[in-house]
Amino acid sequence: MFDKKIAIALILITLTILVLAKPSYTQDTKHKTHASEPITEDQIHLAAHGNAGVIGNVDTHDFDPNVYMVSWNFNNLPESEREKYYKEIPLLDGTLLREYWISAENKDIEIAPGVMFPAWTFNGQVPGPTIRATEGDTVKIHFTNNGDHPHSMHFHGFHPSEMDGATVDQQVKQGETFTYEFKAEPTGLHLYHCHTSPLYQHISKGLYGVYIVDPKEQRKPAKELIMVMNGFDTNFDEENEVYAVNTVAFYYIDNPIKVKLNETVRIYLVNILEFDQINSFHLHGNFFEEFKTGTLDKPNAFTDIITMGQGERSILELKFKYPGKFMFHAHKTEFAEKGWSGMFEVEK
Amino acid sequence: MNKIIVALIPLILLFLLIVFFISNGPVGVLRGYFPPVEKVFMEKVTLEPNLINLDLINDGPDQVTIAQVLVNNVYYKFKMEPSQTLQPLQSGKIIINYPWIRGNTEHITLLTSNGLTFEKDIPVAVETPKVNEQYLTTFALLGVYVGVVPVFLGLLWLPSLRKLSERWHKFLLSLTAGLLVFLGLEAFSEAIELIKKIPAAFDGLGLLIIGFFFSLFTLLAISEAAHKQKKVNKAVFLSYLIALGIGLHNLGEGLAIGSAYAIGELSLGILLVLGFMIHNVTEGLAIVAPVAKLFTNWKSYIKHLLLLGLLAGGPTVIGAWIGGFGYSPTFALIFLAIGIGAIFQVVYELVKYIAKDSLDSLFSATNASGFIIGILILYVTGLVVV
Repeated sequence: MFDKKIAIALILITLTILVLAKPSYTQDTKHKTHASEPITEDQIHLAAHGNAGVIGNVDTHDFDPNVYMVSWNFNNLPESEREKYYKEIPLLDGTLLREYWISAENKDIEIAPGVMFPAWTFNGQVPGPTIRATEGDTVKIHFTNNGDHPHSMHFHGFHPSEMDGATVDQQVKQGETFTYEFKAEPTGLHLYHCHTSPLYQHISKGLYGVYIVDPKEQRKPAKELIMVMNGFDTNFDEENEVYAVNTVAFYYIDNPIKVKLNETVRIYLVNILEFDQINSFHLHGNFFEEFKTGTLDKPNAFTDIITMGQGERSILELKFKYPGKFMFHAHKTEFAEKGWSGMFEVEK
Repeated sequence: MNKIIVALIPLILLFLLIVFFISNGPVGVLRGYFPPVEKVFMEKVTLEPNLINLDLINDGPDQVTIAQVLVNNVYYKFKMEPSQTLQPLQSGKIIINYPWIRGNTEHITLLTSNGLTFEKDIPVAVETPKVNEQYLTTFALLGVYVGVVPVFLGLLWLPSLRKLSERWHKFLLSLTAGLLVFLGLEAFSEAIELIKKIPAAFDGLGLLIIGFFFSLFTLLAISEAAHKQKKVNKAVFLSYLIALGIGLHNLGEGLAIGSAYAIGELSLGILLVLGFMIHNVTEGLAIVAPVAKLFTNWKSYIKHLLLLGLLAGGPTVIGAWIGGFGYSPTFALIFLAIGIGAIFQVVYELVKYIAKDSLDSLFSATNASGFIIGILILYVTGLVVV
């Protein structure tokens, strides 16, 4: 008797399954028709590939990468303002005494639209102001530490041991001032940075800048651009979240650097990037002469890509053959897509 | 009236204390001196062709501004609703136009205005199933396979159970208790896992405790009330309670299957389905254990059996629906908590039934071995579910 009932129950169950199972066999064909809705999907697809980058704009009131790129010795400031930070005094031997007033201060800076970074800065900017002298000049820097940690200024170049700013007793304590003085040499592209321990902290927080020593016999005229490849660890995990040339992610993508056709362009390129082993510079549609550290007259390479470790720098010289837009970026794609990308706009 | 006012006095004083603290207390120490605490919880990701939709909630004490978004370490433009800034406990939605790749693991990073990052992985990128008739039937079918049919198959043990002696019947009931304790503890461990997946502000542990005791005591009260009614047969009632407890548990299983499908871990889903199928046959056994002696005439009790089967297995379908297209860890946790409460209530009823008001008979060798074998059965069948 039970067998009969069991049979009935089983049949009922099987029927239920069959009735419910039917639609699932049509699933695949339905899916295909769903996929062929051409207009919207194509639009979305195109948009998806063109949507890399950041949203919004950075406030450039305090720091404008376009201004930084072409400024040295505070020549971007009006004369009355400039003399607070920089003075030139001709010396008897025909060289100049160049005097600078620089201070270390904490400042929140905008490194990508809407992203604030609690930086340690020289004169409230990252990179710090560019110091530029001719070989043989005397550089004198009155450095005041207005930050909340000891800091120092350590210059690459020839200088006496007591001007090195690197040992423990050479740290400038909070509120104190130290004057660095040395002859500008050798000719080349150098840098300065804080040399207080932990070093990675003081550098990644923003305490670095460019130091250019021009040869006594001037370089040939060119459009000169200063570019510092840097990055920012915004969440303190010892990795950079934002990469850039001159601090602001993707800035030169939205604000292309304007140059003229066949004009000589000279790029002073410095790599200060913390945490990552290397950085690189690649230019589209063009080649450049590379002068490593800018110390010698002969170029070291004629190429379109160079790779640099931290602290390495090169002078690049190039001319654009064609008008239009040409990208430049780190040929380490991760850095490029995290902000270290820019654009030249070549005008006739 | 006076009594009420007297009772309210401490509350009024507490209110005044709070007002005084906010205006004059050392609040400044808690504010301002420390950097803001930013917390963002990403609840759900849905994928459409070239689109990533992200539901998020600010579950920290301060407001959060999402300044930029990275997908796989690339900055990507995005839209955020209602705005890029979220107040505490405010929810938002981020839409990213990104050419994600089917089958890849996609990695989303949110960068706040203070530079903090919040990350979310999409383990296997597949288009999120859309809610439609076909989707519902597919999942209903899955639910039937996993819940309803296996439970019915288990019910078919009824004729065999009927011939058992009193002693073996108790063995069987103990085995049922073992099955249920295992299910309850398993659900409990799942619930603990889920606590980590829900926004901290919702207090997962609190939800678990509330859900558990709410369902436990509600069902205890209902069953007490029912026992007082003379019309209700204790054994039948117990079967229904077991079916209900198992049903609530199966709701959780359905959720697991549906959400595994929705987040693209389909292969895991298939294993889950197979595992639950085997698992659930034993549940049918548990349901009919109390009524084995009673249901002697199949014809008159077929209605009961169908209802019991549906009560225990049906919720799998509902769970699979919810899990498939509206999965929220928070709701899953609440369902689980209710299910655990229900299961332990049933265990309590079973123990009472086996003991027949004399606790001494409870721990006989037969009962103890039944209980332990019940646990072992679920452990072994559960091994299939990875």
